[in-house]
Amino acid sequence: MSAFFRLVTTASLLACSLLAAPGHAETIRSGQLLDEVHFLIPAGPGGGWDGTARGIGEALRKSGLVERVSYENLSGGGGGRAIARLIETADRQQNTLLISSTPIVVRSLQGIFPQSFRDLRVIGSVIADYTAILVRADSPHTDFNSLAASYQQDPRSVKIAGGSVRGSTDHFVVAKAMQLAGGTPRSIVYVAYDGGGKAMAGLLTGECDALSTGLSEAIEMHRAGEVRILAITAPQRLTELPDVRTLTETGLPLTFANWRGFFAAPGLTEQRYKQMINTVEAVVETSEFEEIRSRNGWSRLQLSDQAFYDYLEQQEQEIGELMRQLGYLRKVK
Amino acid sequence: MIDGILLGLTTVLTLYNLTLVLVGCAVGTIIGMLPGLGPISAIALMIPITYGFEPSSGMILLAGVYYGAIFGGSTSSILINAPGVAGTVATAFDGYAMAGQLGQPGRALATAAYASFAGGTLAALLLLLTAPFLADISLSFQSADYFLMMVLGLSLVSAFASEGEHLKALIMTFLGLALSTVGTDLTAGVQRFTFGRMDLIDGISFLLLAMGTFALSEALMMVLRRNKSEKAPTIPTSGLRLSKSDVNAIVPTITRSSILGFFVGVLPGAGATIASFLSYGFEKSLARDPTPKFGQGNIKGLAAPEAANNAACTGSFVPLLTLGIPGSGTTAILLGALIAYGIQPGPRLIVDEPQVFWSVIVSMYLGNLFLLALNLPLIPYLARLLLMPRSILIPLIMFFSMMGVYLVSFNTFDLYLIVLVAVSALVLRVLGFPMAPLLLGFILGGMLEDNLRRALTVSDGNWTFLIDRPITIVLLGIIILTLLSPVIRRLVSVATSR
Repeated sequence: MSAFFRLVTTASLLACSLLAAPGHAETIRSGQLLDEVHFLIPAGPGGGWDGTARGIGEALRKSGLVERVSYENLSGGGGGRAIARLIETADRQQNTLLISSTPIVVRSLQGIFPQSFRDLRVIGSVIADYTAILVRADSPHTDFNSLAASYQQDPRSVKIAGGSVRGSTDHFVVAKAMQLAGGTPRSIVYVAYDGGGKAMAGLLTGECDALSTGLSEAIEMHRAGEVRILAITAPQRLTELPDVRTLTETGLPLTFANWRGFFAAPGLTEQRYKQMINTVEAVVETSEFEEIRSRNGWSRLQLSDQAFYDYLEQQEQEIGELMRQLGYLRKVK
Repeated sequence: MIDGILLGLTTVLTLYNLTLVLVGCAVGTIIGMLPGLGPISAIALMIPITYGFEPSSGMILLAGVYYGAIFGGSTSSILINAPGVAGTVATAFDGYAMAGQLGQPGRALATAAYASFAGGTLAALLLLLTAPFLADISLSFQSADYFLMMVLGLSLVSAFASEGEHLKALIMTFLGLALSTVGTDLTAGVQRFTFGRMDLIDGISFLLLAMGTFALSEALMMVLRRNKSEKAPTIPTSGLRLSKSDVNAIVPTITRSSILGFFVGVLPGAGATIASFLSYGFEKSLARDPTPKFGQGNIKGLAAPEAANNAACTGSFVPLLTLGIPGSGTTAILLGALIAYGIQPGPRLIVDEPQVFWSVIVSMYLGNLFLLALNLPLIPYLARLLLMPRSILIPLIMFFSMMGVYLVSFNTFDLYLIVLVAVSALVLRVLGFPMAPLLLGFILGGMLEDNLRRALTVSDGNWTFLIDRPITIVLLGIIILTLLSPVIRRLVSVATSR
């Protein structure tokens, strides 16, 4: 018993200490902005939010902007539980940054959780992942308009795979693009897969004809020549992919960014609020951040404070409009 | 390919990387032994440590953690009926019975260790020989085929029922299917049976259900049958060699299960849990008059899922390394780690980063070897756990199973839910309902539904997808054969007895 028990105890201690995992930086460099940042990640370990928070935490620590960084995973309710926790325990969360992304806008519109970004302090966004619409390399379509043309002829002949549930941004973006090209958005055949990887497999097996997914999940397969990205939702071409057209260039005025950014607890002191904004603004300028960003194929999207708030309001309005057109939202919010 | 293997060997066989394999396996085993904590948590915990490493060293460490966690998970399944990982739930069926009812914890742990080792090693060999072709095969399976694989899994349900209790097994399977519909529906994006609770949006976690129906309800059962004394466990002091008859019994089982497990693992939509359930079901339907019966400590029933889940873990590296497609939660997190090292897995990985590709494969062999070497000496100590007085053991099991569930979600709602599940399971068990079919129905149900609805969406609602493609037809044929096999068997025996 004792041997097993000791083993278990050691492992639990190890697990607990690692879960709490503050990175111990020995030296405090000049230019330190905060003593401590605690990242609240509204999903389990290993997802996109988790990877971004941990990557940025590393950059904060290595660049000496922050001395101690810790992480907490709190999944559930599509991110709603973490938001609720942050609001409930606001007075104890002076060091906490909640990471979130576009789904916070979608899910609060859908009423999955009652709160919205307005209930939190808006800090700023750091990166964006644009949506890519792509086909297999052997597909006859070489640009989005030709895909849209066969959709208009027979919507059922173009099956479109996506990496998350019906009614998510993968679905909306491609439906909107088809609508702008002159098709009816509601007749789209959207095939929902459990994750971007499985959706990519669904495209490659020939089950679906096109895929709507985050650019970072498709960029490597495009480079390897297995798939062809027809269009992206960025406002202009990306330096990483000079040969890939934007939807705007194709004549369809649709830009969409899946941003990732940070929020803080309501009731933050004004001084701490400023410090948080400065910290997030500063980390984007570090070489450590730049390395993570280019590795993951993310684009920069740096908006702070009021600018980010306005951006969120605009995105909320656009997505809300789209959801109403597609019949995913009945009441006007 | 020979060049590749040599490159892998020269990379891995440095003192530094060998140490990493060892450390990875050890840490993985320890974390995996904790009920509820599986490879996903173990790898997520280790990733930040590997940030400064060379990519190949980092992957070697994480791969070691992965096998270690799967390996460790079987220990808690066998000893206290608390699977640490979904992939080791099937291990508990016969493993726990062998350790508890038969009082042979040493034999159970040793069988699991050898079966895991053999499964992992055989699969690594298969991976080495077939990885490039397998990528293509894994991409010929569509939703329709996954749907039929799940149906095939369900058709094995009688394998999970004891004699004469097929109706009860069927009822529990349907209960499992029903429970799997809780949460957000993928195809329509609608919430079902969540009663407006945020906690149920993501559905019920498989691990919670497994811990509730197995570990926690078992602890409660132990309280109920306090007076009926079972055989006191015999604790081996050394020499964990299996008897010759044991070895003869499990060698064919392990071979079959490893191959099955590997191929199931290669498919991006299946995984280790499905692999272990399928191989258990197949072994049970293949066995004639087994003694002891399956579910009561049969050695084949333990070896099959153990070999299969390890083989499936190795298999899941195929789509990850050759296509950059993660087929499971664990490989998704490994994909994240690779990206964090600045490596994009995809079709070009083997050309661009041959060192990473081959050293991961070579480290698989070494990892399996190290795991065996690490774990065999520990078995006598681990087995001693069962000598603990029940007044200590029962609360410990309760504590660890609830802690395990809480550590995954940090949600107190899950604690209420697991108590509810355990108490309901206790009532059902007292009435003679088996729990394994419930888990089978639950794990297959979600995937069954998603794949069926995808297949229907793609074929515009036509059921002709069932006969459109060769793979689908073959799978359909196997299902019909499985369902008819009792009839055929009876006809044959009637014919021969005349």
